[in-house]
Amino acid sequence: MSDDTLVDIRELHFGYDGRPVLQGINMQIPRGKVVAIMGGSGCGKTTLLQCISGQLRPSSGAVGFGGSEVSRMSLAELYALRRKMGMLFQFGALFTDLSVFENVAFPLREHTALSEQLIRDLVLMKLEAVGLRGAHRLMPSELSGGMARRVALARAVALDPMLIMYDEPFTGLDPIALGVIGQLIRKLNDALGATSIMVTHDIQESLLIVDYIYFMNGGQVVAQGTPDEIRASSDPFVYQFVHAAPDGPVHFDYPAPSARDAYLGRVARA
Amino acid sequence: MPDPAKLLRQLGQATTDRIWRLGFAARFLFAIVRYSGASFRRLPLTLREIYFSGVLSLVIIIVSGLFVGLVLGLQGYETLQRYGSTEALGILVALSLTRELGPVVAALLFASRAGSSVTAEIGLMKATEQLKAMDMMAVNPIARVVAPRFWGGVISMPLLAALFSAMGVIGGWLIGVVFIGVDDGAFWSQMQSGVDFRYDIVNGVIKSFVFGIAVSLIAVFEGYDSVPTAEGVSRAITRTVVTSALTILALDFLLTSFMFRGTS
Repeated sequence: MSDDTLVDIRELHFGYDGRPVLQGINMQIPRGKVVAIMGGSGCGKTTLLQCISGQLRPSSGAVGFGGSEVSRMSLAELYALRRKMGMLFQFGALFTDLSVFENVAFPLREHTALSEQLIRDLVLMKLEAVGLRGAHRLMPSELSGGMARRVALARAVALDPMLIMYDEPFTGLDPIALGVIGQLIRKLNDALGATSIMVTHDIQESLLIVDYIYFMNGGQVVAQGTPDEIRASSDPFVYQFVHAAPDGPVHFDYPAPSARDAYLGRVARA
Repeated sequence: MPDPAKLLRQLGQATTDRIWRLGFAARFLFAIVRYSGASFRRLPLTLREIYFSGVLSLVIIIVSGLFVGLVLGLQGYETLQRYGSTEALGILVALSLTRELGPVVAALLFASRAGSSVTAEIGLMKATEQLKAMDMMAVNPIARVVAPRFWGGVISMPLLAALFSAMGVIGGWLIGVVFIGVDDGAFWSQMQSGVDFRYDIVNGVIKSFVFGIAVSLIAVFEGYDSVPTAEGVSRAITRTVVTSALTILALDFLLTSFMFRGTS
């Protein structure tokens, strides 16, 4: 693994109850870059993110983080590693019993012995970075979806992590909020000198902000490239994804017996 | 005609599932104890849960205790009157409450009021990925969320049971002495001479402590193990109330048979 690579995934396999989800994934995530992992629903993107963060242990293969092997770490070692990671969940996962301020202060209170004054300054700085300093007294129930995502982003970067992971950060956002979150992901990554991995299926927004894209299908990496290479790609999968074509290598229909057999009653009932 | 082999298979599967869950619950209890340091080092975490589980259950415990005492007073007087020993009403009410009704009814009320709410809270935290987010922030959810709620319940339960018994005695006194006219001195002196601190009161406290452990464990376990959907959380809450009630009654039988076997 070169010094430029922060996350190094080699021949990664993972399955749930014998059903394979990831089948021989190889990926290198360079330091300082924003990398998108894209693919249809159920292709294993979020599972891959969970393997990188050590929430899931792979069946075989390796996940390296800064030279350390994540899948062999004890819980204490994993927790030490996760202090260098931040994660934005699909719907924010804010603590509903804590205010916006306390949500962002949570990792600081748990992992540092900073004074109350310093915590206050740091929290307000993080909230300022996502444009929500004025909302620090609100409760999560008082926030819109986009605002909740921005607060969660401020919380994810509270400890200035080396790696920030985003699980479907654009889901359910209006176009303005979507653009705001996209720009924040890029700016925060550059300002913090961090590395970002973004799991998403929003191709148009991703092409604007990321440095590199991996496409997954059926638990495997099927295509990869820079945004320019992706736009110019003639690969059928990439073409279908970029142009949102209803049919192609990813089928519209769920696998089923032939309609003729089904209508004529030749299919065994479940 | 149902297939006997299929029925047998389903029965075997259900049995192994129950045993597996029991083993998982035991491991979960071990993990709670192991990660309980923060609950006591950072006392406000546990005090907050004592407030939610204990203080907010005060109204239901006080009102229920009073009514149980009133009914016990009425029924006890009615029976004792037949034998001309109404002055024994005090001891009857006190023993019934300290030995049995106090710990058992308070635990049943505690399971429905506080246990279900703990299960719902943890289950919803799981469904909205708050537990996962905490884990990703290198904060152990068992230490930060589960253990304080468990200890909050364990500490609250004996106090609530004691309060329930005290309110029950007041209820029995109100109905027996104030309304019916049983002699005040006889009521209290019979109670004082007939209730043994070690044998009756301490055993009652031990019972309520054991019920507190059982109900709190069931509540946190069901929440943590719930399927993270609206239906899954709702089922977990139901399981908390039903399993707690059955466990309390079964444990009560066991503890009573060990504690009071020489008194018959």
